Amino acid sequence: MPGEKLRPPNVNITLEEYKNLSTSMTPKPTALRNSVRAFFVGGLICLIGQMMINLLVIAGLERTEASTATTAILIFSGALLTGLGVYDEIGKFAGAGSIIPVTGFANSIVAPALEFKREGYVLGVGARLFTVAGPVLVYGIMTSIVVGIIYYFLRF
Amino acid sequence: MIYKRQGNQTVVFENPPVILSSYSVVGPKEGKGPLGKTFSKVLPDSLNGNKSWEVAESKMLEAAMQGALEQSRLKSDEIDYMLAGDLLNQIISSNFAARTMGLPFIGLYGACSTMALGMAVGSMLIDGGFARNVLVGVSSHHDTAERQYRSPTEQGNQRAMSAQWTVTGAGSLVLAQSGTGPRVTAATIGRVLDFGEKNVNNMGGAMAPAVADTILNHMNDLKRTPADYDLIVSGDLGQVGLMLAKEVLKRSGVETANQFNDCGVMIYDSGQDVHAGGSGCACSAVVFAGDIMQKLNSKQYKRVLLAGSGALHSPTSSLQGESVPGIGHAIVIEA
Amino acid sequence: MFEQVIPAFIVGGLICVAGQLLMDLTKPAFTPAHVLVTFVTGGAILGALGLYGPMVKFAGAGASVPLSGFGYLLSKGAMEAVDKRGLLGAFSGGVEAAAVGIAAAVLFGYLVSIAFTPKG
Repeated sequence: MPGEKLRPPNVNITLEEYKNLSTSMTPKPTALRNSVRAFFVGGLICLIGQMMINLLVIAGLERTEASTATTAILIFSGALLTGLGVYDEIGKFAGAGSIIPVTGFANSIVAPALEFKREGYVLGVGARLFTVAGPVLVYGIMTSIVVGIIYYFLRF
Repeated sequence: MIYKRQGNQTVVFENPPVILSSYSVVGPKEGKGPLGKTFSKVLPDSLNGNKSWEVAESKMLEAAMQGALEQSRLKSDEIDYMLAGDLLNQIISSNFAARTMGLPFIGLYGACSTMALGMAVGSMLIDGGFARNVLVGVSSHHDTAERQYRSPTEQGNQRAMSAQWTVTGAGSLVLAQSGTGPRVTAATIGRVLDFGEKNVNNMGGAMAPAVADTILNHMNDLKRTPADYDLIVSGDLGQVGLMLAKEVLKRSGVETANQFNDCGVMIYDSGQDVHAGGSGCACSAVVFAGDIMQKLNSKQYKRVLLAGSGALHSPTSSLQGESVPGIGHAIVIEA
Repeated sequence: MFEQVIPAFIVGGLICVAGQLLMDLTKPAFTPAHVLVTFVTGGAILGALGLYGPMVKFAGAGASVPLSGFGYLLSKGAMEAVDKRGLLGAFSGGVEAAAVGIAAAVLFGYLVSIAFTPKG
């Protein structure tokens, strides 16, 4: 770190002092404003999802099937809006409101794949589809396996 | 052996090299900014008909260098060295541009301080008697930088308020042993300083101490004060970094006033949603090649200190939890 | 058609607010990818503890659409498969339950990637 072996003149500020100075001068994220926006956009996406489920149930699907089908439709919508270059604009405004719903999951799959298309379809698109989705699946599936094993030993 | 050094880190040129010409190419966002009219060429979009952003960046660098060469009235075989650098891995934009230009090539990496570094090294080559004419150029591109350092461009992430926007552009100039134009009179090569900033969204905070250190040593070496300069301009400290650098300098006994500005702050206006300002190699290059050169030529500025600022991290080092080291290089240009 | 939409809106919105606070109030090294991993794991654990199921019953899409709902689906599937097949179900259950989601993500993701170009 600075100051130990440096030939003088040196800047007249210690590491600790600079950390404090930097923290005080760096603008903080506008957490409250971001949270309000996240609430509305996230809530809206879930509201749309709920109406889709309801419509599919009215159309005759069983509730869990309707839920699964809605997930697929939302994934498609998130992917499409990413391709159209719209999803990043929504994300800038809504933050977690567009990242947390499953549409955000679709965005995190399409965005890197789109970007790396110029590096080819196998190592570009193919490999990059799972840059963000990969960790989600790894940790989600691992947790479910651990849950299953614990459940088995508690049951039997 | 005559040494042209003064103090600890500064060289003073015996026959100050002349900046014969300068040329800047920028993307549409920069063209819409407050300095839009000072750039030589504004591209219609960030791809400009090329098959990838990387190719577009390399072609921008070529265009800037060809432009500077043409305006200098020199022929290609009168240029002894091409000095170039950019932000991409293996400075690939510069490598491909060098392939086209066909000149003896010295590749440089100083992150966003590469323009100042190139001007310093180029001037040393000329004043040291190793070159008659040198072509210096740097480039950066918002989309190539985003995909290498941060996230894919279509990903819906929110950027931090301290984050900066990489300038899409390329700037170039021709340095010569003789001719008319503003002259590079001195250069101070900086040393790397790391004050522990781990937040890659706060580049200004990471670079400010190093830039302050270079300016401090520059003033000390030449026994000058900020009042001796019409303009002191850093490369891309951004709003946050500029305030930090000013404060660190103040505590070190160097009082700067309104004459200390920053290219990253100058290149965009607040309505362009760039948060803390512009960044990238091209930031200092295009602002210097355009606005500042024009004011030097018209003698509005008589003595300018360009303090390029660079953040010397890599995408891997930040994932490994390392902090971001910074560097600053200072060049004196006189009208 | 409008049943459960208000609970869906409110619960979904609140879950997203939790995500936003996680993003804004933690160190910058905690990226959106880390937030997504936290949510899917959190949903799986809450589902295993029997706490997420009632939320899905009450808020419908408000609990199933956020990524925590995907985690819930994974651990619910693992437990149901254990009931049916024993220990092997722990391995098959999660992936089976999430199969449609994963397949849709791969297919639509791939198709959109090849049909469009990034705009920067």
